[in-house]
Amino acid sequence: MGKLLAVTLVVIAIASAVPIVAHIWVPPADISTHGYQIDEQLSDTMVEAGICFLAAQIVLGVFIWMFSGRKPGARVRTFPGGAKGLVGAAFVLVGLEVLILGAFGKKAWATIYFTAPAADALPVQVQAGQFAFYFRYPGPDGKFGPLHPETINEANQNIFGLDVDADKDSKDDIVTAEMGVPINKEIHLLMHAKDVGHSFYVRELRIQQDFVPGLDLSLHFTATKVGRYEIVCTQLCGLGHYNMKAYLNVMSQPDYDAWIKQQATMQ
Amino acid sequence: MKKQIWYRGLAIFSAALTLIFVFVMSQREVKAAPASGASITGTIKLEGTAPHQRPIDMSKEPACAAVHKASPVTTENVVAGSGGGLKNVVVYISEGLSGSAENEVASSKPVWDQKGCQYIPHVMGLNPNQHFEVTNSDPTSHNIHPMPKPGGPNHEWNKSQPSGAPPIDNTWQAPEVAIHVKCNIHPWMSGYMVVVKGPYGVSDDSGSFKIENVPPGSYMLTAWQETLGTQTQKITVAAGKPATADFTFKAK
Amino acid sequence: MHDVSTNAAHHHVAPQGFLRKNVFSVDHKVIGKQYYGLGLLAVLIGMGLSWLMRIHLVWPNFGIPGLQWLSSSGAPAGVITPEYYLQLMTMHGTLMVFFVLTNVPFAGFGNYFLPIQIGAEDMAFPRFNMMSFWVTFVGFCVLVAAFFVGDGPPLSGWTAYAPLSAIPGTGPGQATGQTLWAVSIAIFCVGQLLGSLNFITTTLDLRTKGMTLMRMPLCTWAWFITSCIGLLAFAVLLPACILLILDRVAGTSFFVPSNLVVSDQPVNHSGGSPLLWQHLFWFFGHPEVYIAILPAAGIVSHILVNSYRRPLLSHKVIIYCMVAIGFLSYMVWGHHMFLSGMNPFSALVFSFPTLIITIPATILVLIWIGSLYGSNLQINSASLFALGFISMFVSGGVSGFFLAQPSIDVYLHGTYFVVGHFHMVMGVAAIFGMFAGTYFWAPKMFGRMMNETLGKIHFWGTFVGTYCIFMPFHYLGLVGNVRRYSSFVDDFMAPLIPVHKFITIAALCTGAVQLIFLYNLIYSRFKGAPAPENPWQGTSLEWATSSPPPWDNFGGKTPVVYHDPYQYGIEGASGDFVMQNSPEQIPTAREDKKLI
Repeated sequence: MGKLLAVTLVVIAIASAVPIVAHIWVPPADISTHGYQIDEQLSDTMVEAGICFLAAQIVLGVFIWMFSGRKPGARVRTFPGGAKGLVGAAFVLVGLEVLILGAFGKKAWATIYFTAPAADALPVQVQAGQFAFYFRYPGPDGKFGPLHPETINEANQNIFGLDVDADKDSKDDIVTAEMGVPINKEIHLLMHAKDVGHSFYVRELRIQQDFVPGLDLSLHFTATKVGRYEIVCTQLCGLGHYNMKAYLNVMSQPDYDAWIKQQATMQ
Repeated sequence: MKKQIWYRGLAIFSAALTLIFVFVMSQREVKAAPASGASITGTIKLEGTAPHQRPIDMSKEPACAAVHKASPVTTENVVAGSGGGLKNVVVYISEGLSGSAENEVASSKPVWDQKGCQYIPHVMGLNPNQHFEVTNSDPTSHNIHPMPKPGGPNHEWNKSQPSGAPPIDNTWQAPEVAIHVKCNIHPWMSGYMVVVKGPYGVSDDSGSFKIENVPPGSYMLTAWQETLGTQTQKITVAAGKPATADFTFKAK
Repeated sequence: MHDVSTNAAHHHVAPQGFLRKNVFSVDHKVIGKQYYGLGLLAVLIGMGLSWLMRIHLVWPNFGIPGLQWLSSSGAPAGVITPEYYLQLMTMHGTLMVFFVLTNVPFAGFGNYFLPIQIGAEDMAFPRFNMMSFWVTFVGFCVLVAAFFVGDGPPLSGWTAYAPLSAIPGTGPGQATGQTLWAVSIAIFCVGQLLGSLNFITTTLDLRTKGMTLMRMPLCTWAWFITSCIGLLAFAVLLPACILLILDRVAGTSFFVPSNLVVSDQPVNHSGGSPLLWQHLFWFFGHPEVYIAILPAAGIVSHILVNSYRRPLLSHKVIIYCMVAIGFLSYMVWGHHMFLSGMNPFSALVFSFPTLIITIPATILVLIWIGSLYGSNLQINSASLFALGFISMFVSGGVSGFFLAQPSIDVYLHGTYFVVGHFHMVMGVAAIFGMFAGTYFWAPKMFGRMMNETLGKIHFWGTFVGTYCIFMPFHYLGLVGNVRRYSSFVDDFMAPLIPVHKFITIAALCTGAVQLIFLYNLIYSRFKGAPAPENPWQGTSLEWATSSPPPWDNFGGKTPVVYHDPYQYGIEGASGDFVMQNSPEQIPTAREDKKLI
């Protein structure tokens, strides 16, 4: 039975690795300017982790094969180097991996979080609330009007709690249910939550960030490919969490201009 | 001795029969009184231009967005027809009904449907303890969340109804004008359940309403619209003769 | 060295009467079995909940017969609503993490075997011990009660993030159900704190003559380290739950900021911080997962060395690794919060110890595998599960390596990759540790052998089955399949349903295989072959007494310890193993002076 376990271990290990090596299930194509760093990091980690995984499972399997079912009284041997060698190997192997991955991984993180958005980035505000995302564009004046959460009335489509009569900056704000952005233009996303925690996740953009009620958080990104992508909520927010999504439409600049103009008429 | 057993058996049998009879009779619902009363009809009009109704973008629910692609829908706070008729106004008798007429529960069981990610009807009138049925005609799950006044006699509830699930049957305990109904999953969905005692009517596309089974008498009629408030009017109903009452709401 | 005769853990009179002997018993062995039984009940419920979840995910319109009687609003005609799915998910996580993974390997086996393995008659505080079990039991009842109240159990997950968990109006189950949850967990914390105090005191004070700390078996060390971790961790979760309850019922705002609007109604709270809950919860939550895995690792080490019939390459190194893991576990909680809105610099700070913790974990695996080299491996149900544990621990640990890096976490957070990772380490590896412990120690606990054939069938079904269930989770995560979704309605994830179907069928089959274990356990308990004192030729003190042990563990004959715990395959010894309390003189497997 030890031999059977050994074979099973090796088969399972290789079978587990096959879908990865064959790229059967992979992240969708990256459409962002920073995503390639994440993809490289993921790929490097996959190789290192994959080697460790396969090595450990296969060696375990080989040893089980070799040392199970031995004749009674067989001589007991010790792994060469004993514990010292293995401890040393662990420190070196893992230490190196940690340093390499850590050092290079910082870059991808820094690009997302430690750089400020460009001065001419397009600001878009997103409000997450049970169970939809809504977006606000500042309109021609480039300014967002103040929010009055106590006046939020979804039945009247006053999603953000704007007072267009009293606040002049709110008059030209454009509230939309879909997020349209022009291609190759940096977007400065201003995030806040209306009720509970949510999260903003676009797989193709390689960005994800929680909404924390009470905090004003932000992200910036640039989309590089025209298309329609899902924005999904990844922070459990209640019964409609599974249905909490919006669409990101990356358009050419002329298409975007036409779209935002049309949205302005729907306010 | 035998006779005693016989009489005892007969007594027990009669008692049981009586109990069963009483039980069965008590389960029979009180039918609405036969239509001896008259009806009140009328038209609700809107004076001025209806406030701008914003278009609703249902893109987060592709199944519903597809339904409305040809004819987009808007909010329904004030729905005025081409002739100025105001829809979704609930007209009911707020004063003057006698005890028995006041406590009668309409026997119909109206249906509150979710279709195309909208509530149909947008406004529903109900009596306290009148059963209504919530149905889901959409391919997506909905979540019915009526929000009566906190701390009041009517209790808030919040239930999901997956596509194809059986209808949800419910009632409201007490009168309330009005209970706002939301769908948490689809934030634009909005409707009102107006729970009143006595007979009521809800105006249609042309602004016409009809209240039936009104016993003869003098009453105060109230018309309620979800954003334009309420209006009242005195009315006298004679036996067998239909009465009319019109209301005009001013656009804010 | 403490002389056991001066300690307080003496009870001179054997307990009398059914209740005193089996229900309200201060005997650590009975309490251990009670914890085990509670864990068994919890795992059966938890597993059933997971079946309901898996079935709903792939057959969402299927009406599960009878479910409407548990909740007519949650499952009309047996079809699970979105909120009910999340409610089942919350209870699944809560039951499994608290009442199974903390209970069985630590409180269950630890209570039973710690005192015996150190040569003591009982725990230091037997009455506290009894209290800790019954407190835990009350916590369990309060939790299960949530199924039967108003809207049902909470839907905020076992992590119960605020403000979702702090505001009753945020969804069905968030009113009474969530309060019951918080109360239940607070009660559970009290039980665990009592237990931890007991374990620590017993280990430090009640070791028998000759039992130095370094001569304690590895599972004893694991229980000791776990109880130290638990003391600090549960001491933070308890006030966190109390603060949550206060926010919910007393109008405080520890976790709820101002200006919130729920269902068009403004929320009357201000000044709180949702991140505070996350910090408090994860400060407990991360050590908690090590509380779940360390005892299993200790038990597995204990069983592996027995099945290798040779000492581990270094017994001391394993102890140092477990201590290091325990220590580091307190420094990494922020890796659950990389994307939470904390200062992004903190992500790098937390990422570093998270990656470093790989080192002791890797050393453990290398020692287990390295000690296998040249050994005389004996295959039985217990050793099969112990070897399976190594495989699962590697698989689960390797996926953690991805999640430890914040930049990769940007993509993988909130996906099935995370679910696959923690199920591999907790849901499979730790469970394998419990199975291994059961097969190994059932003869001692019940005085009867379990059926080996059934045990092997159980192993094969479970080993292959759990790989079939949880390996695909990682692939789903890589594609971007989001977690905690009650159904996959959108275009992106709908094509992945066939993978989910495969997982569901594997889960149902693997679940069915567990019935074999259950049958084996119950049947053997009453009809198994009588167990000898030392069926596995073990060296530690639990094998130096009858099966099951008498009420005072050693029948009045306090053992004296002469050897390290794992003297197997020693050249020059009289046999293939030398028990710890054997006066035989032999060269030990390690020299006292060397570090490793």
